[in-house]
Amino acid sequence: MKMFPNDWFDNPERLNRLIDIAQSSFLPLVKGALLYSLTLAIISFFIGLILAILTALARISGIRPLVALARIYVSIIRGTPLLVQLFIIFYGLPSIGVMIDPIPSAIIGFSLSVGAYSSEVVRAAILSIPKGQWEAAYSIGMTYWQALKRVILPQAARVSIPPLSNSFISLVKDTSLAAAILVPEMFRKAQELVASTYEPLLLYVEAAFIYWMICFVLSILQDRIENRLDRYV
Amino acid sequence: MILVRDLYKQFHSLQVLKSLSLSVPKGKVVVIIGPSGSGKTTLLRCLNALEQPNSGTVQIGEVKLDFAQKVDRARIQQLRRQTGMVFQSYNLFPHMTALQNVMEGPVTVKKVEPQKARAKASAVLAKVGLADKEAHYPAQLSGGQQQRVGIARALAMDPQVMLFDEPTSALDPELVGEVLKVMKELAQEGMTMVVVTHEMSFAKEVADEVIFMDQGVIVEQGTPEQLFRNPREERTRQFLQHLQAKDA
Repeated sequence: MKMFPNDWFDNPERLNRLIDIAQSSFLPLVKGALLYSLTLAIISFFIGLILAILTALARISGIRPLVALARIYVSIIRGTPLLVQLFIIFYGLPSIGVMIDPIPSAIIGFSLSVGAYSSEVVRAAILSIPKGQWEAAYSIGMTYWQALKRVILPQAARVSIPPLSNSFISLVKDTSLAAAILVPEMFRKAQELVASTYEPLLLYVEAAFIYWMICFVLSILQDRIENRLDRYV
Repeated sequence: MILVRDLYKQFHSLQVLKSLSLSVPKGKVVVIIGPSGSGKTTLLRCLNALEQPNSGTVQIGEVKLDFAQKVDRARIQQLRRQTGMVFQSYNLFPHMTALQNVMEGPVTVKKVEPQKARAKASAVLAKVGLADKEAHYPAQLSGGQQQRVGIARALAMDPQVMLFDEPTSALDPELVGEVLKVMKELAQEGMTMVVVTHEMSFAKEVADEVIFMDQGVIVEQGTPEQLFRNPREERTRQFLQHLQAKDA
């Protein structure tokens, strides 16, 4: 058994071809990553975060129907695979007359997922803010929503930035699942290029490399944000 | 200015306030003393509805709340806008500078223009002796400085009444003086104040009236002179003796 097929390194023509493919595929892949993967992740994360905050508030509201609703939502989303959810939205719903395009389908699926997973993080963060902060906000006449927006959430954000950044980085990678519902993001681009060039190893490693680079930049950003938020504690 | 009638407050089966009534005329300083668990802090918190009594009425200025009925949130906010509250543990907003802490109420609640609010906040901070600390975050301030920002934050809302919940209890002894000094100045300017405190010197010097509470009722009330020199009730006498023994 050989580790590498002979012609990978022995055949100069083959090597040139590989370099050619790597060069010509790089831009389309990066474009797919920035235009679709990253954009999809950013939009879904933003919507998901709003869902997460609302879900967390419902959970701590003490109002029974709201608490139950939030629990059921989180339980279903966490208890089923994301790929299956995407299939239900894109391939399943048309059976009952609901046709959603690939990209909106992906955004719905990813947002629901972020909303459920992050709601626990947000909930814990809100509960970690001392009761005295609510009272101080109320004592200067704030309403619930004013206190939440001006006093509680900014502090909760600091607590939840590290876990939320991790969710975001996971989400960037999870967008590759959207390939299965025809979203032309990076991984689907790679699959298409493999189909025309028959070079799966090269192209999938290239795709992996681009994912890695994006996540690398994101984790640097994460450090920066954490440092910035840390300045007053 | 403050009128409290027949306040009842219960936590589960524990009766914390029993038919408590109280009135504080405009410009007067009332100091509430009493052993822990006497209900004095609860009373203070009921005055701005941070604690909702089970029944009774609270009136501050023009705003009157009757807790026997379901009270409207908007009315509670109205009441709170007329009252400033100073907490034992300061409760400053840690993500805002001293200046931002003081501006927050006027800007967010009263919708004052940021420019105007800033000027006002600066002036109030100067008044509590912290003109040079505007840009500091709470974590960069001493306890005494934080508490003075707390007082400034409450004052910036132009309250008709100031409530102090053991404002010096969390402070190191050498920092108590600077906070009490600010409170004395406020009293001299004619602010209506209700102060829960263990600082008997402050009570003696500043209070128009001292109230001794125990087990959810007002046991005795009078001028500092009367209450400290010549308490009528046995329980008051015991409490004061106890305090003196601790001081000595």
